[in-house]
Amino acid sequence: MKKKILLSVAALALTTSALTAGEVLKIITWKGYADKALVAAFEKETGIDVKITYSNNEEMIAKLRATRGAGFELAQPSQDRISFVQKEFPIYQPIDFSKVNTDQLITSMVDAVKKNTAVDGKSYGVPFCYGTTGLIINKKEAPGAGDWSDLWNEKYKGKISYRLKRPLLIGAAFGMGEDPFALYGDIEAYKKLMAKVEKKLIDSKSYVKNYWTSGDTQVNIIKSGDANVISGWDGKGWAVHKVNPDIDFVAPKSGALGWIDTFAIPAKAKNVEAAYKWINFTLAPKNAAFFTNKEKYGTASKGASEFLTADVKADFERSFTSADIDNIKWHPPVPAGFEAIEAEVLDRIKAAK
Amino acid sequence: MDKILEVKNLSKHFADFTSVDEVDFFVEEGGFFSILGPSGCGKTTLLRMIAGFLDESEGDILIRGKSMKGVPPENRPVNIVFQSLALFPMMNVRENVAFGLKRKKLKKDEIDKKVSDMLGRVGLTGFEKKKVTELSGGQRQRVAIARSLVMEPSILLLDEPLGALDRKLREHMKVELKLLQRELGTTFVYITHDQSEALVMSDKIAVMNKGRFEQLDTPRNLYKSPKTAFVAGFVGESNKFVITNREGDTITTKRGLKLNKPGIDFEPNIMHVRPEAFILYPADDLKDISTFEVKIKTILFDGSNTKLATLVDGSDDEILIALPQNAQFESLSEGDLVNIGVHQDDLKCYLEE
Amino acid sequence: MIEKKSFNAAFWLLIVPVLLWLVLLIVLPHIDLLISSFQAKNSAGEMEFSLKNYMAFFNNDIYWGTFMRTAGYAIFVTMLAFVITFPIAFYLTKVISKKNAGFLILLLLIPLWVGELVTVYGWMILLGDHGVINHFLMGIGIINEPINMLYTDFSMILGLLYMSMLFMVVPIMSTLESLDDSYIEAASDLGATKWTIFTKIIIPYSMPGIVSGAIIVFMLVIGDYLAPNILGGKSSLWFTEQIYSKFLQTFNWGEGAAFGFLLLLLSSGIIWIALKLSGQKLERVGQ
Repeated sequence: MKKKILLSVAALALTTSALTAGEVLKIITWKGYADKALVAAFEKETGIDVKITYSNNEEMIAKLRATRGAGFELAQPSQDRISFVQKEFPIYQPIDFSKVNTDQLITSMVDAVKKNTAVDGKSYGVPFCYGTTGLIINKKEAPGAGDWSDLWNEKYKGKISYRLKRPLLIGAAFGMGEDPFALYGDIEAYKKLMAKVEKKLIDSKSYVKNYWTSGDTQVNIIKSGDANVISGWDGKGWAVHKVNPDIDFVAPKSGALGWIDTFAIPAKAKNVEAAYKWINFTLAPKNAAFFTNKEKYGTASKGASEFLTADVKADFERSFTSADIDNIKWHPPVPAGFEAIEAEVLDRIKAAK
Repeated sequence: MDKILEVKNLSKHFADFTSVDEVDFFVEEGGFFSILGPSGCGKTTLLRMIAGFLDESEGDILIRGKSMKGVPPENRPVNIVFQSLALFPMMNVRENVAFGLKRKKLKKDEIDKKVSDMLGRVGLTGFEKKKVTELSGGQRQRVAIARSLVMEPSILLLDEPLGALDRKLREHMKVELKLLQRELGTTFVYITHDQSEALVMSDKIAVMNKGRFEQLDTPRNLYKSPKTAFVAGFVGESNKFVITNREGDTITTKRGLKLNKPGIDFEPNIMHVRPEAFILYPADDLKDISTFEVKIKTILFDGSNTKLATLVDGSDDEILIALPQNAQFESLSEGDLVNIGVHQDDLKCYLEE
Repeated sequence: MIEKKSFNAAFWLLIVPVLLWLVLLIVLPHIDLLISSFQAKNSAGEMEFSLKNYMAFFNNDIYWGTFMRTAGYAIFVTMLAFVITFPIAFYLTKVISKKNAGFLILLLLIPLWVGELVTVYGWMILLGDHGVINHFLMGIGIINEPINMLYTDFSMILGLLYMSMLFMVVPIMSTLESLDDSYIEAASDLGATKWTIFTKIIIPYSMPGIVSGAIIVFMLVIGDYLAPNILGGKSSLWFTEQIYSKFLQTFNWGEGAAFGFLLLLLSSGIIWIALKLSGQKLERVGQ
């Protein structure tokens, strides 16, 4: 008798999970990338239940690596973080571009991402949005600041902050007049450059108030007045500008760093069709514009610009002259092994007195 | 004999009641002084004031003629054995006994000598390294006494130290304590609610009730001539009778007994008679005897302490009668009617408010 | 016989989930990590058994330097937690009434209710250059320039203390509760001063509670991530951050796992040494 009950309970559990499994779309993404309103509209349109997990590049890779590419239908890594991971741990599956509505996307961006995420002739990413890393500056307290090199400018001593992670090392290299991306093919030269950057950042460590660690702490440290010159993301800088007009995002003279976040489909995704549906849904012009208006990041959707608010356009024009735009340094794919070099440099900088 | 301890008009008031009420007595050097009373009578409060853990509200305490006002416990020439014994569980026997000596900053070899002397006296030689948690109840008792006595106090205060022991051990320890006190000559002030402990060990006993001393006397006098109804009832066993009427030398009890008690100059309402005061089948020629008939309800056999529980005709109240150790009465059985007598001096009459 | 049988069934029903939980969620992942901590690439790029991951810790002074720093701060915070909480525990158990104590203990629990992240942000609001404390001090004119409190070792220690203090109070309180007042009176009767009573009676008596509290606080602090990361200054490298970065930034799981086990081993070693030095036994701690 007991056995029968147990069996029927198990059978019930199996059937219910089987019933719902086909209708679930699990996305691991960044905060703000899957807005509630868009999720609700998508669920209404398709009947698919969307489940969101917030993460960042490093955790996305670690989680998918731990499950060997299972547990999610969609991930949103940055385009430069796909190919080297894919080569070592096959956690993604190739994109079937026949299922992506590429007509609604900016062609040059699709091509660039296709090229940068290619492994063995297959591409693993669809562009979603882009943005830049540069400086967020309190122009009243720190007039004249405007380049990566101001992050070690004695003038702003004690009021400088940045995130001690790889983009900062790259930005600092540009600020020193170097081009780190040009050395991606030469690991020894890159090591030497990183040693130079390390020395610069250690020598100027006393000028730094603190290293911020997340989007929230980044906003907090400049908004509270604890720092006046910080490295930061354009969207965050513009968001703070709305509250305090003295603070704004500034594209550094030696070049803002451009990043593109993508859609990538994990190797063991259960519901690939739903993943493509979501990609096409969020990149539809109106939906993409809704995202950009809210989060301030640029979209890969071609037709979105006509739905953008004046604010968003104004933010962009205030921070970027056409020369600045031409000067954006887009992250190429990171070669394998480079991040280990950078990690040691970062450790030594943090450990330094 | 010198007065080692003098308590003068001592009172202790708490917020809502008076615990010790104008108590006045002295203790002679080398005496064994007991304070006997029911729980809540104020005896512990009195002891704690002598030890210095409580401040007196009024009155004074003198030890060897010196006022103890404002002298903290650690500076009083008294030591106390607690009811819980309060042996320090993290120390072994030697460390417990040496604790007070170390506070006196004695030299190590002097401490060792005193400790082993004292342990020898209480019969615990060779127990130095034992943990106090490994000792039996009697051994713990002796460690506690040794720990206090090694301090060579003018007065040793004992707060019902036998209370936690089982009956047999308690009987044994009573004798042992008395012998120890004789041998050492230290003045003991002993508080207890057990009249048998007090009677066996003490030179003088103060019976305490509701914060006051009812009677201070030798054990023998206390038993033979209790001055108050409370003392008569509390010390030793007794039968209590309620007196309803007196006409000349004849008193009538509630049970209807008429007894002859000459020489009373007040109107008593209570009478106490000890069980052993009753005479079974009194001879006709005995003088000053009142006789009456009782019916045996049960025989309470207890060896040398066997008693008859009897009823006076027409009443449910029991009268306890001690049964002499005499083959003559072995034939008595339940339901027998027995003629008993009591001498007029053994009828103790009181006026109780 | 029947009773015995049903007892067995109930016993297994209760024990199986516990065993499953232990094996699946604790033992197996740890074995997996242990294996990967001994795996490294050889010159041909193949994985093989190696001590390289462990050697990396000892060969790089940043790594063991960070560990020493982390351990040093953990010991310091543990001692500080003891010094601060012991009087509190004593007050709550021996001085005030049980009823009031219950309410105050509830207050002590508040930091646990709101979670570490919230309390960390709370400290940021209090300690910043333009935070509540600096604002107040400048407002009443004691200082002209804000005092740099946030993003320093000071703020980090404050955050670590705040989240771990309760774990020191509770075990100390439970031993103090069983401390009979007569021990204190007996000691004072035997001529001990207040200081002697404290050092010879109260502290030794509460040692089991102190030791278990200290172990919990030490482990919590040495394994914490948030407070050093957010409240700590620009040099506040914490060993857990390095493990995190091994797993998530450089994808070197082998070294990450090795560092994790080193953290476990070294911190256990520190506890062992501390127990030896203080003459305590681990078996007594649970009592």
